[in-house]
Amino acid sequence: MDYLNTLLFGYYPYIAISVFIVGSIARYDRDQYTWRTGSSQFLRAKELRLGSNLFHIGILLLFVGHFAGLLTPPAIYHGLGLSTSAKQILAVVAGGIFGGICAKGIYILIRRRLTDARIRATSSRMDIFILLLIGVQLALGLLTLPISIYHSDGSNMLLLSEWAQRIVTFRSGAADQISNIGIVFKLHLFLGMTIFLVFPFSRLVHVWSVPLGYVTRPYQIVRRR
Amino acid sequence: MTNSQKKPRNIRAQIGMVLNLDKCIGCHTCSVTCKNVWTSRKGVEYAWFNNVETKPGIGFPQQWENQDKWKGGWLRKINGKIEPRQGSKHKILRNIFGNPDLPEIDDYYEPFDFDYQHLHTAKESKNPPTARPYSVITGERMEKIESGPNWEEILGTEFSSRSRDTNFNNIQKAMYGEFENTFMMYLPRLCEHCLNPTCVAACPSGSIYKREEDGIVLIDQDKCRGWRMCVSACPYKKIYYNWETGKSEKCTFCYPRIEAGEPTVCSETCVGRIRYLGVLLYDADRIEAAASCENEQDLYQQQLDVFLDPFDEEVIREARAAGIPESWLTAAQESPVYKMAIDWKVAFPLHPEFRTLPMVWYVPPLSPIQSAAENDQIGMDGDIPDVRSLRIPVQYLANLLTAGKEEPVVLGLERMLAMRAYMRSKIVDGVINTDVLERVGLTQLQVEDMYRYMAIANYEDRFVIPTSHREYASSTFDAYGEQGGCGFSFGSGCSSGNSDTNLFGGNSKPQRSGGIPIKIPIKVEPAK
Repeated sequence: MDYLNTLLFGYYPYIAISVFIVGSIARYDRDQYTWRTGSSQFLRAKELRLGSNLFHIGILLLFVGHFAGLLTPPAIYHGLGLSTSAKQILAVVAGGIFGGICAKGIYILIRRRLTDARIRATSSRMDIFILLLIGVQLALGLLTLPISIYHSDGSNMLLLSEWAQRIVTFRSGAADQISNIGIVFKLHLFLGMTIFLVFPFSRLVHVWSVPLGYVTRPYQIVRRR
Repeated sequence: MTNSQKKPRNIRAQIGMVLNLDKCIGCHTCSVTCKNVWTSRKGVEYAWFNNVETKPGIGFPQQWENQDKWKGGWLRKINGKIEPRQGSKHKILRNIFGNPDLPEIDDYYEPFDFDYQHLHTAKESKNPPTARPYSVITGERMEKIESGPNWEEILGTEFSSRSRDTNFNNIQKAMYGEFENTFMMYLPRLCEHCLNPTCVAACPSGSIYKREEDGIVLIDQDKCRGWRMCVSACPYKKIYYNWETGKSEKCTFCYPRIEAGEPTVCSETCVGRIRYLGVLLYDADRIEAAASCENEQDLYQQQLDVFLDPFDEEVIREARAAGIPESWLTAAQESPVYKMAIDWKVAFPLHPEFRTLPMVWYVPPLSPIQSAAENDQIGMDGDIPDVRSLRIPVQYLANLLTAGKEEPVVLGLERMLAMRAYMRSKIVDGVINTDVLERVGLTQLQVEDMYRYMAIANYEDRFVIPTSHREYASSTFDAYGEQGGCGFSFGSGCSSGNSDTNLFGGNSKPQRSGGIPIKIPIKVEPAK
């Protein structure tokens, strides 16, 4: 089991991140024509606005929460007056709310994609796979909540963030940190890294293209030869 | 115009189009040739870069002119600034996960084909086999085709439906549902290649742009991310979302042909010879002020004022300084579009109230005189009949072309009638009738030209298109830049981006190969 643990949580993160970055660059460079949101609103507007808004808002907040929660060193949030157990409660409450929003959204989106004849017929395998992958990942994430409430001292959370921080700072022993953590957490981590792995090959690449520049550019664009 | 104290102008040139609706016979040749060239592909079966509508009617897509419904075009705010009707930049970004103003494919029509293969393979049966329709999206059989690209052809569908046409505003429309008073006209439509396009303004990725050298508005297929804000932003509903590729597409004004000095396919193939292509010079710095003018009925005049006189020495000098090639200046002087829109004022913009400053203009159609005998209104011998007695209500044409202002349309129609009267008396009676010209403010020279351009309409008069000057491009003489290029492609350089083995498309579902319908199991009664 130790081999597997080291492979999945010591090496797999780097494989996933490498493919994520190199794959994204390669796709942007070689095949930008395929770089799009893949919206199906035009084929069936019903329910999409609600489902898509809930899903996107939920998942963006979850992403920000995970990013900040995992990578903020304890010294910093302790310095801000946040104890480990308070942070644990904050994480559970915020994760629960955002996860709930996202779950409602993705439920609508999955049902729509699988049951609507038009959407089903125009979905690629990857479209369906990535949606189900995120759905399962979300379910696993929500399943960790009761466990985290049980371990309200935040010991699990400390191990997980230590793992993440060791990974991103290239320190050894990351996988050992979480060798004894619950299977739900391990599955959640594994699927999380898998999402990064398949990211460049799915419609998720549109995340890179958040059009923030739109706010500051002039309305009209004229191109000179 | 010759005033030299004015601040320097930002002169640009654009190839504009005029359609003489008086001669449109509604044959759809333009639509079909355009379709064959540009949109006979998966994902855009429903898209018609050029379509012909029968008016009055709600058009294609349904009720496209109703901006209360679709929120297309610009809105002038209280502070005098304009912003897209669908909202500010922040609002557009807030709606990015689900565009509340996006039409659905059913607002156009569900693309369909017929199962002709069944006619070959059907077993012997009591009734002859039929080719039943199926959806090209799902491949499933469609019980009934609910809508199509030209559902109201020659006043098809009931008047109650067609009368939702917004051009009936301020018109007592009930009487036009009666057989005796009914009227119709054709309206061929394509992208307007606006001076102030809302699609460009609403695109979050900045993938839509106007070309400086000829004004053609294009979508960069590589940069389009499918945020689909342009579809709702365009008040003419002339941007189509390709549901297969997830990118928006639009009329390209056949730019590969225009660059070579050839007319667009729709213009080239027009059997009625109603289409004209020519250069217009304009002052780009005046666009925003013109589009923001307070009274929408002034927008037509405001746009006229944006255009520049190609015979003006000052304009020519400034245009040369701005790098506009000599051949373009000559073309601007010979431009049939300039003559019809600005010199004779017989062509008008389509729905100027959308504030996009469209560049495809229309000559309103004449129509038979109503109840001519009873009213005794037709004067003798070349006199101009009252245009208000024409069968198509002037207010209707004004709502279509001048934001409801009747005077310019009346003058345009009178000038066309005057041309007929003048030529009739000249050729039939051998009399030069200048009275009729004075009444409508035309000179003999002008009316002879009008006759040449509008009645005879020779090919070389209709299409005055200078070739584009690639030698002025930034990559001058850079032959290596062109080496190994693909010419025209749909982005991704030489990759179609949609091959069966594409790593990134993730698209391995069965493709409908060209022309051969998907097999649909249809039960056939066995022969008794």
